[in-house]
Amino acid sequence: MRTDDLVRALVADNQSRAMPPSTALCCALVPAALVAAGLFLATMGLRPHIAALLTGDPRFAFKIFLAGLLAAAACGLASRLARPGTDPRRAALVVASVPVLLAAADLAELVTVPAADWGRRLVGSNALVCLRSIPFLAAAPLVAALLALRHGAPENPTLAGASAGLLAGGIGAALYATHCTDDSPFFVTVWYSLAIGLVVLVGAFCGSRCLRW
Amino acid sequence: MRGNEREQEWSSLMRAAIAGDDASYADLLRQLTPVLRALARRGLARAGLAETDTEDVVQDTLLAIHLKRQTWDSTAPVGPWIFAIARHKTIDALRRRGRRIEVPIDDLADVLASGAEAPSLIVSDVDRHLDALPDGQRKVVRLVAVDGISIEEASMKLTMSRGAVRVALHRGLARLATRFRMDDT
Repeated sequence: MRTDDLVRALVADNQSRAMPPSTALCCALVPAALVAAGLFLATMGLRPHIAALLTGDPRFAFKIFLAGLLAAAACGLASRLARPGTDPRRAALVVASVPVLLAAADLAELVTVPAADWGRRLVGSNALVCLRSIPFLAAAPLVAALLALRHGAPENPTLAGASAGLLAGGIGAALYATHCTDDSPFFVTVWYSLAIGLVVLVGAFCGSRCLRW
Repeated sequence: MRGNEREQEWSSLMRAAIAGDDASYADLLRQLTPVLRALARRGLARAGLAETDTEDVVQDTLLAIHLKRQTWDSTAPVGPWIFAIARHKTIDALRRRGRRIEVPIDDLADVLASGAEAPSLIVSDVDRHLDALPDGQRKVVRLVAVDGISIEEASMKLTMSRGAVRVALHRGLARLATRFRMDDT
């Protein structure tokens, strides 16, 4: 087949349409987030007195906000990484603001909490539950995000997979944060990061396999 | 035409194509082909590979541009998007050929020399991949591409509905692209 022949076939197929990566991500994530929320309610459930907590201790609202910000920022990054020839640096900076905010919260915690209390807050009482629950809740969003990114054309499939992991980890963390009773930024820094990091690793591995084009 | 003006023209052709204008799309792809050919040739030559592989890379790149055109942000210039895809596909081809060609360098030179003399005898990648398509898809792609008949004529000739011909064409093209990628052996 000569190249001119191929061009003719491509033109004949011009009416076919696929979704842009950002649309595909949204379409895939809405049902996946609902599945994750359903699993969350069935297995963990919200903390009691959640309305009072949201307005009371700023730590509780902050960790939920931060996880949500991570999911949104990673979603932006993933849809940029799925477009060839696009500079992802600005989206990456938004993602980087999440650890910066968390570090600032850690500083505030260091200043306001007596040193004798630091260890207890860091270890918390749910470390293992956190490590288990976030990847569990992130599973459906991760599969959805990876499937959606197959509509894209990531120049670096591993990196795109990692961003899908970050996005899914953020969703899992935001859900889990409404259940977990450890609100200290210390706890979030260590255990949430570890749990999300695990999802990122899985995402990067799957991305390197299934996001080639 | 200067590079910038050329890219602006490509962008407006691409916008028209996405809006459904087949003539603009054909115009765009025909304008792109020699540019992609030059890019692929340069990329392969730098890696010391045969020019005979150029057309395979060009065709793989055109397929990717077609199948991934939804990843172009229509508010951005189309040039960087096209060049990123061409670069990706050239690197991909180099990686594949790096795995496939494992002969001493003097023998390789002989192969390349003979190949360059008679390029028309070489069965291109796309023909091999085309042969491996399921029957229906292969017939449709062949009729539309090689014989140059329209979707309507193909649907009459194969006694299939137009929709079925369109689906077979699209799936066939998508599968061709997959086979280019999977061709690691």
